[in-house]
Amino acid sequence: MRVYLTKRVLLFFPTLLLVTLAVFAILRVVPGDPAVLLLAGTEADVEEQYTQEQLEAMRKKLGTDRPIYIQYADWVWKMLRLDFGESYFFKTPVYDDIAERVPVTIELGLLSVILASVVAVPLGVYSAIKQDTVGDYITRVITITGIALPNFWVAIMIIFFLVLAFGYFPPLGYASVWDDPWNNLQQMIFPAIALGTSNMAFIARITRSAMLEVLHDDYIRTARAKGLSERVVIFRHALKNALLPVVTVFGYEFGRLISGTVIIEVIFLVPGMGRLLVTSIFNRDFPMIQAVVLLIAVIVLILNVLMDLLYAWLNPRIRYS
Amino acid sequence: MSVDRASEAVHIEPAPVVLRPKRTFGQNIVFFVTHKPLGAFGAGVAIILIIVALSAPVIRTHDPYESSVAMQFAKPGAERWLGGDRLGRDMYSRLVYGARISLYVGILSSLIGSTIGMVAGVASVHFGGKVDLAVQRIIDAMMAFPGLILILAIMAALGASLNNVVLALSIAYIPSTARILRSQALAIKEMDYVLAASAVGAGNWRIIMRHIIPNCFALYIVMVTLHLGGAIIAEAGLSFLGVGTPPNVPSWGGMLNGAAANVTVAWWVAIFPGAAIFIVVFAWNVLGDALRDVLDPRLRGTGTG
Repeated sequence: MRVYLTKRVLLFFPTLLLVTLAVFAILRVVPGDPAVLLLAGTEADVEEQYTQEQLEAMRKKLGTDRPIYIQYADWVWKMLRLDFGESYFFKTPVYDDIAERVPVTIELGLLSVILASVVAVPLGVYSAIKQDTVGDYITRVITITGIALPNFWVAIMIIFFLVLAFGYFPPLGYASVWDDPWNNLQQMIFPAIALGTSNMAFIARITRSAMLEVLHDDYIRTARAKGLSERVVIFRHALKNALLPVVTVFGYEFGRLISGTVIIEVIFLVPGMGRLLVTSIFNRDFPMIQAVVLLIAVIVLILNVLMDLLYAWLNPRIRYS
Repeated sequence: MSVDRASEAVHIEPAPVVLRPKRTFGQNIVFFVTHKPLGAFGAGVAIILIIVALSAPVIRTHDPYESSVAMQFAKPGAERWLGGDRLGRDMYSRLVYGARISLYVGILSSLIGSTIGMVAGVASVHFGGKVDLAVQRIIDAMMAFPGLILILAIMAALGASLNNVVLALSIAYIPSTARILRSQALAIKEMDYVLAASAVGAGNWRIIMRHIIPNCFALYIVMVTLHLGGAIIAEAGLSFLGVGTPPNVPSWGGMLNGAAANVTVAWWVAIFPGAAIFIVVFAWNVLGDALRDVLDPRLRGTGTG
């Protein structure tokens, strides 16, 4: 057990190294010389507006005149100290922009996960208990529907429905939850629902299959044989064990959530990380894109390790083996 | 986004021995339709989609690129069957052409991604040891980037174009396929028939090509089908954001771009492309689930449908 956990934690480091290499290669090397990008601006047709001297001065300033491996080492070192550099577009420190937007995305993600699980877990349990009945079949169709619905279309349909049915257009943008909680709720609830549909479906499917697996275990048969009521068997015995994989899946949910927030934040004009990423892509603001992408990947890696540890801690069968 | 939903299919148990008489192709079709009605529905929609995509130039009513001031946000009617968009282009013709884009991106990227993933997974098992460890760390690193984030990063580096979308999506589908096929290949490697083959003197290459790959093939087909649905949604999402196909290209996602702002003026712009994406992805997903149940009994019960 201890060997497994040590190994699991140690493997984090080579993976992290590869992740930084990938971000550096894709977003720093492939797009070309940052000095040219900065001098030419975002428009491709103003290429000839700088001289060779300016170009070299800019390279010196950015440090891109040095060998690539030194640039990489320098970049990783800066990232480690949370020095993400300066935005090409806004000319402000990237760190400030990100720090401002992280809480917004976290609020949206949390709200969406809560909404999704409140619906999904009972749905999954119901589907498993009533396996192969009409109710199970309907629930399964609902979950496949949730997965097949593009979340941006759900968002558009929500706006459409609100306008059509209530003549209500949700206030776009973002008001801080501390300053204006009512406005904040109106702004966040609909993006959270749009974001939650596919996660709801995903969690319901996992709950169902985990529940089905547990229901066939011997101890459930024993519990029933003891004469325990079906309710006790299901909630006290089965659900408690079935929720194990579901809980750990929340760690992996983060990746799906953050993918979803990108489009949803753009539609509802929520100033979070996802929207920052998309605007930075349009602005070809590579320091910003690098920082956002690297930050997300590192959070995913850390969450994966934490989830594996949590799983081992929650599950005695792993803990004592 | 269902980019990584295929990761559900990871629970693999040793295969039970199943003996059954060989069925003919026709009997197989009948079996599939009667036992997996939802899957058969999916297959039907998939076939219709392919027919629509192939016959787009014939069944269109207008040039999908031709704009018309008079037809701006035209209501659905005789002249514009499914209405006109904000440039007065024919929604029906664009929708029909959009099927081509969706299928092109979906088929190419799921095939390329899953194939590379299968090769990586099988090679990882075959060479084992340090190679396996290295390949698995690369897969770990790739999996650290959530689906759309990896795709967006690649699109940011390469720029928006149809073939870059295919490339980005292909890369995004490698890790999950490699992971799942690796565990499948690990299980197969321990089978008696592999031992028997090596006992009668079959070489490594022969064991891989004749025993391991064919037994991974069912899972490979399932992965391709599931990724195909995910790729259609992902392409639509990218084009919706404006970082996928160029805006004038009739892609279903691109058609939805700006639909939210105009939803009160022209509901048809928001409804039809979205419904098309939904029906097609739903169909591919139920088909993938049904194929998984039929082709690979070991995975039965891990999904729905």
